[in-house]
Amino acid sequence: MARMKFLCDAERCIECNGCVTACKNENEVPWGVNRRRVVTINDGVVGAEKSISVACMHCSDAPCMAVCPVDCFYRTDEGVVLHDKDLCIGCGYCFYACPFGAPQFPQAGAFGLRGKMDKCTFCAGGPEKDLSKEEFAKYGSNRLAQGKLPACAEMCSTKALLGGDADVIADIYRQRVLKRGKGSEVWGWGTAYGKPEQRAAPAGAKS
Amino acid sequence: MIIPRKLILAGAAIAVASALGACGEREQVVVYKQGKYQGKPDTKPWENDPGASLYTSSKWSKGDRTGWESALRTRNLAQNEYTRVE
Repeated sequence: MARMKFLCDAERCIECNGCVTACKNENEVPWGVNRRRVVTINDGVVGAEKSISVACMHCSDAPCMAVCPVDCFYRTDEGVVLHDKDLCIGCGYCFYACPFGAPQFPQAGAFGLRGKMDKCTFCAGGPEKDLSKEEFAKYGSNRLAQGKLPACAEMCSTKALLGGDADVIADIYRQRVLKRGKGSEVWGWGTAYGKPEQRAAPAGAKS
Repeated sequence: MIIPRKLILAGAAIAVASALGACGEREQVVVYKQGKYQGKPDTKPWENDPGASLYTSSKWSKGDRTGWESALRTRNLAQNEYTRVE
């Protein structure tokens, strides 16, 4: 099993916030905590508006894991970064370290209380018995243990948000870009797939 | 009634053991090991019975990692709408 990753196609995302809603509903995320959100740049500028859905990216070398003073983070065999809420002290270091602003802190208590960290679990639950009430209460739904992928990616209406095995979703994205003939100019394409002209050439065509 | 000596000795041993049992000191502070996960161990997603969850369409037998991976791969590939519409 390769690494579980999310990939959001900015050419397809229509800022419907369906992924945000699906996540909220699936995991019963409390008010004020957003495990996933949609970020839009050039909002309102015709032709230049781009949106992308962002959550925990389950980094292969996660900075949250590196800075956590109580070492409550772990990575599963599938590459999903999870944490133990029983150990978390809610210090917020992971929030400062994360380049995506993924860690969230419930502030429902009195005196500006900052609760234990909450973040996207790739719908993989946490360190409790799979599919148990305790797991759901602390970490939300465990769709991976049901043989499903994250709710946000599976319900995305335009299939802008892809989630799952990195190799598979990268293949889907590459096929998509080659088909529409646009997108291979993005930064990192060469690193991921080789030079665009080599890959973009249809089978049998002269190079 | 004469109680056998062995029975008295056994009873005394149990009483002493249970009395001293409370004297044991349990570690109450987490001893941190730098860079090592300190939390509870997590179970693998394929170690549960898929029938335990509602509305699941994926099938694999409990503990069958390969079966779980192939079930997940099927869901993964279903995200590619080109294979569905062409």
